[in-house]
Amino acid sequence: MGGITPTLFLDMGLLAMLVVVAMAVVRLRSLFAIVMLQGVYSLLSAAWFVSLDAVDVAFTEAAVGAGISTVLMLGAMLLTEREAKPVPLQKQLGPLFVVCIVGLAMFYAVGDMPAFGDALSPANSYVGADYIAATKNEIILPNVVTAVLASYRSFDTFGEVVVVYMAGLGILLLLGLNGNAGKWRAKPNGQNVGDKKGEQS
Amino acid sequence: MSNQNSQSPHIILRVVSKILIPLIALFALYVHFHGDYGPGGGFQAGVIFASAIILYALIFGLEEAKRAVPPSWVRICMSLGVLVYGGTGVATWILGGEFLNFTSFAPDSTHAAGQHWGILAVELGVLFAVTGAMVAIFYAFGSREPDLKDEDW
Repeated sequence: MGGITPTLFLDMGLLAMLVVVAMAVVRLRSLFAIVMLQGVYSLLSAAWFVSLDAVDVAFTEAAVGAGISTVLMLGAMLLTEREAKPVPLQKQLGPLFVVCIVGLAMFYAVGDMPAFGDALSPANSYVGADYIAATKNEIILPNVVTAVLASYRSFDTFGEVVVVYMAGLGILLLLGLNGNAGKWRAKPNGQNVGDKKGEQS
Repeated sequence: MSNQNSQSPHIILRVVSKILIPLIALFALYVHFHGDYGPGGGFQAGVIFASAIILYALIFGLEEAKRAVPPSWVRICMSLGVLVYGGTGVATWILGGEFLNFTSFAPDSTHAAGQHWGILAVELGVLFAVTGAMVAIFYAFGSREPDLKDEDW
């Protein structure tokens, strides 16, 4: 691991682009541009995950972050204004203080983290190494990620499925599948809209 | 949607997406059934399948999408996913094993066939649950928004 390899250069470039996109999201006022840049952010992090050899995570990030959540954010944006209101300066001081403290705490914690690519880090040793060694004999699948996710960690995945189901169920209980539970009326740009039947009232 | 006729300004989008949507759905199935060998699995496949339906809804309008994939199916699909996953666990119970210990599907197999069947069943549950939940959330939010105006494109 000596010197600047092309992969390291790529990682640095992608991380720098992530920072640039994040700054742009903070600075922009147009909600449409912000939603699109969040999609760009997800896609960039997916590319970064591929560079880190975490293809399964990259796949999920690209599909969920860049795909579904962008669409859902666009749907939410259509229900509200197109521009974010500017925040007065004195209201920005509190969040800035919190960000500084949390940032300093994170820099303090960096010293305790294992080095990048450390083969002896907790994530790479103990149970992870056991799973990789045992998959060859017990599950006999080429993709260790699937073996861990679906078989060794089946309980966790069951929990995740129930979480996804509960998220869907919660939305359905609040809004209904046709989005008109409670007969709430959206007012984008000040004009009244609603379901077709209630339009004349 | 009003621009359903051939004078639609989004004719290129419509033609291209008509070719793309079946391919996206096919790719979702590939990702699902190839999850044992390459990156992917039920979750990714479910999201890709849902995005195919959402793309259809965005291009052809929500009402058309609801005719193709009725909301009642979505509700059933979502619950079926959790039932299939949990049912796999109960099936391993009935076969005498521990909850979600797939070896009991084929205890005598020399190439871990029970694990393969179990993983396939469980991933199918994930696929159904994720597809259903994603489309349900999109339907719920999408139904309360006004139709996309032409200047919003």
